[in-house]
Amino acid sequence: MSNAVEVNGINMMFNMSKEKLGSLKEYLLRFAKRQLYYEAFAALTDVNFQIEKGDVFGIVGVNGSGKSTLLKIVSGIMKPTSGSVRTEGSIAPLIELGAGFDNELTARENIFLNGSVLGYSKRYITGHFNDIVEFSEMRDFLDMPMKNYSTGMVARVGFAIATIIKPDILVIDEILAVGDFRFQEKCERRIAELMSGGTTVLIVSHSVEQIERLCKHALWLEHGMVKMLGNAGEVCAAYKNN
Amino acid sequence: MNLLIIRIKTFKKYSYLLFNFVKKDFFKKYRRSVLGVLWSVLNPLLMAAVVSTAFSRIFRIQTEHYPVYYLTGALIFNFMSGATSRSLLSMVEASGLIKKVYVPKYIFPLEKCLFELVTTVFSFLAVILVMPLLGVAPSLSALLFLVPIFYVLVFNIGLGMILSAVNVFFRDIEHLYAVLTQAWLFLTPVLYPVDALPESARWFLKINPMYYFIDYFRRVVMYGQLPDLRLNVICGVFSILFFVVGLIIFKKTQDKFILYV
Repeated sequence: MSNAVEVNGINMMFNMSKEKLGSLKEYLLRFAKRQLYYEAFAALTDVNFQIEKGDVFGIVGVNGSGKSTLLKIVSGIMKPTSGSVRTEGSIAPLIELGAGFDNELTARENIFLNGSVLGYSKRYITGHFNDIVEFSEMRDFLDMPMKNYSTGMVARVGFAIATIIKPDILVIDEILAVGDFRFQEKCERRIAELMSGGTTVLIVSHSVEQIERLCKHALWLEHGMVKMLGNAGEVCAAYKNN
Repeated sequence: MNLLIIRIKTFKKYSYLLFNFVKKDFFKKYRRSVLGVLWSVLNPLLMAAVVSTAFSRIFRIQTEHYPVYYLTGALIFNFMSGATSRSLLSMVEASGLIKKVYVPKYIFPLEKCLFELVTTVFSFLAVILVMPLLGVAPSLSALLFLVPIFYVLVFNIGLGMILSAVNVFFRDIEHLYAVLTQAWLFLTPVLYPVDALPESARWFLKINPMYYFIDYFRRVVMYGQLPDLRLNVICGVFSILFFVVGLIIFKKTQDKFILYV
């Protein structure tokens, strides 16, 4: 079986502003010496893993361990400082729902706008418009400007658009925590549907239970390094006992 | 070769996004204004009335058909300054989007240039319509107006890519650019005839692409002349030069944008 995602020796460095400089003199001095008042911060260090096609792969770790950065690199939003990522097939990133929604526009217009942000054609969106509206259950509010929507309503529409396509790889970052209980269940069902359809899923969650329930394999990140990689049950057990 | 095909395919894939962005900008520009898109037509005319009164009465500039002279020059200059100053901000404004989802980054400055193109075409209609009232009947050569506009568009995209990339790293450009375009306007024969420019500043015309673009536009729209090969070559070289340099700078820096916006 071939791999859907291959991550080879990824390093990611960020510039972090460190100390506060006391005076203008100090500022100019350092500027002149090119001693930049930034310090490199390694968000990810030598991360390696492969995900097989059709696998459901979870990433666990505490806040700031580099989970989201890793997802962004896999999705192509960020380029790593070194190392490489190879992915096969189309990627739907559910990293932040409704990226590119414009509050001044109505939900109807936003569906077309957000769909085009995700790279769908006009014909594709028109063809699936009803499914999107149906899934989000927002038919009555279609022509209302998005600024009058609640966070949960926005998330519903965003989720509906992002999952209407059957991507080869689905990247999910903590988004299952949106909407009410009933809608969360609906989202999980949709993801299960995609998974059974052969979509490879990469998922980040704080909820270890969720990872245990959904995933086959898992990766545990700590301070940007791979602490453990393997069977989801084992990794989650080790993570919980930590 | 293969890479080129992939690039073209990606562009095609995102062309609908480009269209949607332009539409959105257009909608937002005229939202809640009673006259809406009519402003694109009215604005240049009102400006022309103000400027031609000021310049012919106060500064006593004697040029034949001054209002048309001003309108044609201002149309091209405003196309450039509007498109480039919008492009300048485009990457920084897109920060929310590019951090969340992959979109080819050149879409953002390109979209601002296309948006300005649409408004410019509207303004052009206004100019053509009032020209007979101002005593200049447009001749057939005016149909060639798209040629100089195309040169300026390509130039804008190039300069826009440079500015939008540099502004990510040095936001100072944002503040400086308004002053620069103002100076640029005064050094370009938009408000005054070429011979009003003092001898000491003439050299700048030679390296000022706007001078050639405006000259080209005025020749076809106002004077009914067909530009010679020389002018075409000069305009083409300026456009392609800026486009290529812009593309290189943008491509070299685009992966770092996300860390700085």
